Amino acid sequence: QDNRISIWSAGDLGNAGLNGEYQGEPHLLCDIQHNGDVMDMQFLDQERIVVASSTGTVTIFRHHQNNQTLSANHRWEKAHYHVDQDTSCGGAACTGVVCNNPEIVTVGEDGRINLFRADQKDAVRIIDNADSSTLHAVTFLRTTEILTVNSIGQLKIWDLRQQRNEPSQIFSLAGDRVPLHCVDRHPNQQHIVATGGQDGMLSIWDIRQGTMPVSLLNAHEAEMWEVHFHPSDPDHLFTCSEDGSLWHWDTSTNVSEKPSFLHQGGRSTAYLSHSTINQSVVSAWLSNDPTKDRMEITNLIPNQTLSVNSLDVLGPCLVYGTDAEAIYVNRQLFA
Amino acid sequence: AGTPLTDTVPAQVVPGADPSARQLCFAWGPAEVLVCETLFGRAGGSRSRYLSRCPSSSRSCGEGRAGAAAPALTGSVAGTGEGAPSSSCVFVVRRDQDIYIQTLRKLFNESHGIFMGLQRSEEELAGKSRKAQLVQVSKNYRSVIRACMEDMHQAAVSTRDPALQGQYSTQVSILSAMELIWNLCEILFVEAATAGPLLLRLLDWVRLHVCDVDSMVREVLSSESPSKHKLFWNVVDVFVLQGRMDEARHLLSKEASANPTSMNMCKILDDLMKKMPVPSLGNTQTLTELELKWQHWHEECQRYLQDGTFASNPHMESICKILLGDEDAILEKKELMTTWYHFLVTRLLYSHPTVKPMELRFYAQSSMDLFLGGESSPEPLDMILMAAFEFEMHQVIKECSIVLSNWWFVAHLTDLLDHCKLLQSHNLYFGSNMREFLLLEYASGLFSHHSLWQLGVDYFDHCPEYGRVYLELHIERIPLSTEQKALKVLRICEQRQMHEQVRSICKIMAMKALRNNRLGSALSWSIRAKDAAFATLISDRFLKDYCERGCFSDLDLIDNLGPSMLLSDRLTFLGKYREFHRLYGEKRFPEAARLLLTLMTAHIAPCSFWMTLLTDALPLLEQKEVIFSAEQTYELMRCLEDLTAGNPDKQKFQDDDVETTKVEMLRLALARNLARVIVKEGTVEGS
Repeated sequence: QDNRISIWSAGDLGNAGLNGEYQGEPHLLCDIQHNGDVMDMQFLDQERIVVASSTGTVTIFRHHQNNQTLSANHRWEKAHYHVDQDTSCGGAACTGVVCNNPEIVTVGEDGRINLFRADQKDAVRIIDNADSSTLHAVTFLRTTEILTVNSIGQLKIWDLRQQRNEPSQIFSLAGDRVPLHCVDRHPNQQHIVATGGQDGMLSIWDIRQGTMPVSLLNAHEAEMWEVHFHPSDPDHLFTCSEDGSLWHWDTSTNVSEKPSFLHQGGRSTAYLSHSTINQSVVSAWLSNDPTKDRMEITNLIPNQTLSVNSLDVLGPCLVYGTDAEAIYVNRQLFA
Repeated sequence: AGTPLTDTVPAQVVPGADPSARQLCFAWGPAEVLVCETLFGRAGGSRSRYLSRCPSSSRSCGEGRAGAAAPALTGSVAGTGEGAPSSSCVFVVRRDQDIYIQTLRKLFNESHGIFMGLQRSEEELAGKSRKAQLVQVSKNYRSVIRACMEDMHQAAVSTRDPALQGQYSTQVSILSAMELIWNLCEILFVEAATAGPLLLRLLDWVRLHVCDVDSMVREVLSSESPSKHKLFWNVVDVFVLQGRMDEARHLLSKEASANPTSMNMCKILDDLMKKMPVPSLGNTQTLTELELKWQHWHEECQRYLQDGTFASNPHMESICKILLGDEDAILEKKELMTTWYHFLVTRLLYSHPTVKPMELRFYAQSSMDLFLGGESSPEPLDMILMAAFEFEMHQVIKECSIVLSNWWFVAHLTDLLDHCKLLQSHNLYFGSNMREFLLLEYASGLFSHHSLWQLGVDYFDHCPEYGRVYLELHIERIPLSTEQKALKVLRICEQRQMHEQVRSICKIMAMKALRNNRLGSALSWSIRAKDAAFATLISDRFLKDYCERGCFSDLDLIDNLGPSMLLSDRLTFLGKYREFHRLYGEKRFPEAARLLLTLMTAHIAPCSFWMTLLTDALPLLEQKEVIFSAEQTYELMRCLEDLTAGNPDKQKFQDDDVETTKVEMLRLALARNLARVIVKEGTVEGS
């Protein structure tokens, strides 16, 4: 297997053509070999990228912009392992990584949570057996608290200041314990959390109250791999799934005033009013008035075939990758 | 032109598995062979050495490699059996090594997208629009081939390893040949060009694919005075041979201005070229009109030639002869045409521009004979093109299958032709038709790749007869290295109602999790498969842990089982038992007592656990306050009797002091409780 970490240049952001059409293809700047599948990755800072591997290793790569090369800066081998760290086999996949420079938190199939610091060789803290099932994703709730989701449908809050190896709170879905695969927190309102499940369901949680989600939105037909709030425009949410679709959820209230989204190819839109439990209205995500607040949902992929495994969004750019070994860049998301 | 489609493959030895030094063992898999060296040397072996070193690319070592990659040194001496120790390698030898070429992956992925689009496209469109749609699909396939060629060319240019460079260059030639064949099939079969447009298409085809002369053309055109260049007339000939009249005329005008003496001749030739009637794509003229016009023009050219107008300039005279379709004159320019099919198209352009598709075969055969002239024999590529000109589709496919190393080309082409309704159901021995056979072979090849197998799934889906069976067999063999991969495979199985495979995969994953002590994961997998038996296994594991340690592990799991508790009785018991402990911890004794009793009387608890449950009842019985009612106490006593009476011949049970003591204590506690409760219930309350 030849897996690589690659850095691409997606073209000049400033050069939008007359119709905002695509300006040249992304081209490869540099790449480097990676051992094992890349399960997750995130930028630590402008130059460094943290990568989680299916072998259980967590690596920091540095991108040297002057000569356009990548090098492995630091590596934590066997950060995730089954049973015994010293045996040669028994590495467990590291499934999720999240950074808050210089802290790095990783979770894996071994149910372990690791806390690293970018400059330190050993882990700062290891929570062994944090979960009896696989931890699929992790994100920061506050600087000292993290959220994890696992394969028995639980959302857990961990307070890293406390020494005990127990979550401070556990949330779970009612009904079947469908595994949760991804989690993201609202950029501004820290009590709003979105998770995606194996059945493609999007759940919105208010972690200040209750242990159950505020709304359950039936979205995809298969596993939802990633969910992201737009970092600067959090009325917009993006989810991608094994069924090959990528949905754009828009709760900005004046939907009629916004121009419709023009994307290549056809699009399918649906209006959905959510069914919610009574909540005091603060954000559109927690709203309970179905007539007033309608959500516009758009599938951004016209000819879907294979799974969309990962996506990221920043400003007007959306990038996503599929199992057809293709990367798509959309630079005019809100045109 | 040399073609790369020769089928000679040099015999190669897998380094490290040298049969002359050691005996090899091998095992056949679904798509590959496993080979390794045994410890047994060749008895009475001679000095051994390598037969040949094969380039690294053809040794497709896959997973299963256990040792270092250093090739075995075969330093055995005559007579000894064992020889030097070899590297401990298991080699996975695969036939379909093309799948592993990095640059071809784009081809596989993109063509998969086009294939799916074609399968899903509307069948209701009829006639012209359907044909246009199919032609577009064909063009899409070709552009993917060309894109791949471009990438491969870039790779060949930029690599420094000569072996790799050789391989890439070969691939470029193969892709180029594939595109050539596909293009011709598109013209003849998919578009089914009729007389008239047929010639135009063939001209385009030749212009696109005969590019050996491009550098010469560029050289001449970019020189300061082209007409003085020594290759000037060659380039003019090239343009004429390819029917590029405007460009030829442009060059002629340069000659005219540079050489005033020949201006008159140039003018006449220019005029002839301008007036040459060509088929048009639109319906502006019928074939008969064209033929008439062409006849006129032909006669005019004839007159000029016979008058000796061009006698003083041999170049222009030969051009005029070419315009008249003189075979010898055209054949003289063999090096400029480089291939017999170029010769064919030129011939047709200047002698039968209104050629009908069915007439092609005669011209093709004679063109090839004339061009090759007995000096060289036709190569595989030539035979394939000939078969196409003869409209022998099956022959084309058969020849391509033999010559190409990968099923990609024939599978996709046949599928397209099938959609054009051109292939009669040519049933093969085992009942599936040719299209399905090729798609099955191609997709099976994909399945031996660690990630391209996902494409193979879709291909199997569109093989109505055997696709499902093939999928069922292949999908279980995909190595599940991470949970995410297992989930993808599972989703595929679930979507196709392949329940057996779902159960099997979930069991594998659950067992793995169990071995790694990930009980939550194991449970999650058994819930997905609705596998009650496995859930029971997991619960037993938990209960065993509890008995050994006296406390529950993984409380976060047991406390939050939810409705999945109902998956298996044992699991329900586990959940309820944990609930009992919780109630006890919260000092809600009556409820705890009721639950405990239910667990036994409703037979949710396994018999092996009854003793533990009864022992758990002890503290409740010993409480100051009476918890168990008379009814309940009778029930408990009955349970105890059932338990002890049921095993009269269990020696261990009777001899074990602890056990007997426990039973004694229980009997005592139960009796005491009974006494208290009878008194309590007999008393009048609330006075």
